Amino acid sequence: MNTALVELAAVSKTFSGQRVLDDIDLEVERGEVVCVIGPSGSGKSTLLRCVNRLETPDSGRVVVAGVDLTDPDCDIDAARRQIGMVFQQFNLFAHRNVLDNCALALRTVLGLKRTEAERKARDQLEWVGLADRANAYPSELSGGQQQRVAIARALAMDPALMLFDEPTSALDPELVGDVLTVMRRLADAGTTMIVVTHEMGFAREVADRVVFMDAGRIVEQGTPAQVLGHPRVERTRDFLQRVSVSG
Amino acid sequence: MADPNGHAVRSGRSPRQRARRRRAIQYVALAIVIGVLAFMADWPTIGHTFFDPALILNTAAHGLWRALWNTLVYSAGGFVIGLAAGTLLALMRLSEVAPYRWLATLYIEFFRGLPALIVFIALSLLPLAFQGLAMPFSPYGTVWAALGIVGSAYMAETIRAGILAVPRGQIEAARSLGLSPAQTLRQITLPQAFRLMIPPLTNELIMLIKDSSLVFIVGLSAANFDLTKFGRAAANNHVNITPLVVAGLGYLIITLPLSIVVRRMEARAASGRRA
Repeated sequence: MNTALVELAAVSKTFSGQRVLDDIDLEVERGEVVCVIGPSGSGKSTLLRCVNRLETPDSGRVVVAGVDLTDPDCDIDAARRQIGMVFQQFNLFAHRNVLDNCALALRTVLGLKRTEAERKARDQLEWVGLADRANAYPSELSGGQQQRVAIARALAMDPALMLFDEPTSALDPELVGDVLTVMRRLADAGTTMIVVTHEMGFAREVADRVVFMDAGRIVEQGTPAQVLGHPRVERTRDFLQRVSVSG
Repeated sequence: MADPNGHAVRSGRSPRQRARRRRAIQYVALAIVIGVLAFMADWPTIGHTFFDPALILNTAAHGLWRALWNTLVYSAGGFVIGLAAGTLLALMRLSEVAPYRWLATLYIEFFRGLPALIVFIALSLLPLAFQGLAMPFSPYGTVWAALGIVGSAYMAETIRAGILAVPRGQIEAARSLGLSPAQTLRQITLPQAFRLMIPPLTNELIMLIKDSSLVFIVGLSAANFDLTKFGRAAANNHVNITPLVVAGLGYLIITLPLSIVVRRMEARAASGRRA
């Protein structure tokens, strides 16, 4: 009996002749925080997007909470309720205010009444520290605030798994900290998280496991101390050296 | 001698002096044209034929507002039908099912390439071709259908462009929250697309208002006259163009505010303010 919340088996994906994911196997346990690092173009975002089927693998299996997302007959909308996603570009709904952004799916997907949905949405906004901006529109918020709203929006659905696709890469440096703080609290609360990131400090401090990807393959994985502190593979060492030099 | 940029200068004038001279020449030319027109034209006859004050009042008192209202009703009905059909056509153009795309493309290209007049003639002849067929809400049904058919072909392309202009991330965010494709379309894509489309759709409304002048084809009783038909009838009666000028001003009463609103919205969109 397999207890892993997320199970990727032999997942491959090709974009116009280029093999972006090459026979990936990955399991994530409940409560685990996994940070995926690697050079741009290594396939880490594509891997993440396969976990909620924003990308469909060419072959292999993706199972989340017992549901096989690669089965064409699976109810993908139902499966996605279990999987929160936070994007690099926030992707808040531009025509809705902050509260509506967080309440929309509660009403349309879960069928909650407006008052109930808004109460839940407010709770989440409170949790990310933005209850006072409930009536603002996304364009009136800073990038860091927008990303925290995006996190609240995903959390409002009470997902079993949270996916983060380079959540701080589009932020001004001084705004990164607030977002990482929220994510750290989320990890401390026992949320299962897969985080594609360039924030090595965050990975070192928060991750239970770090996965290093290059050229569509998982090159190395282990505890942050192992992968970031004592990488065994040459390519990992190269990458970490370049990151620490430029960072 | 050379100007500061190193170009040789023909005369001794500075660039600023030459610009001033160019402007002066243009003003003089304009003044000459106006002067010639003012002296040569037969102003009393022009005034009497186009702007007879008594006839202006007479026109305004005898059915102008009714005609203005009819023009509004004809165009608004055509716009609503065109918008609904245009949205359907746009979705068909974006469909995964190829025959839907072909059908929509065929319709759009066909009716965009056709004079609106032909559509009006065809629809007004329909009851003759099909014995016993009667368009509902006569004569409104025929006019609304004709304007709707023509308008939808134009609006479909505008709506399609608007839908495609909604950033992909908005749709991905909705889908990843568990919204179905239909819910995403209704809650996210269409509301944002229509926001982008308000200026071009208003332009198409202005076009429909002008095209509504083609209702004369349908054959109307006086109570159903639109602005053009009304102005033309009155002009014929009085053998004077003034009523037609008044009717033309009636169109401007509707279209000028719309144009101004569109320009405001476009300026606002250009300055990057949204929501």
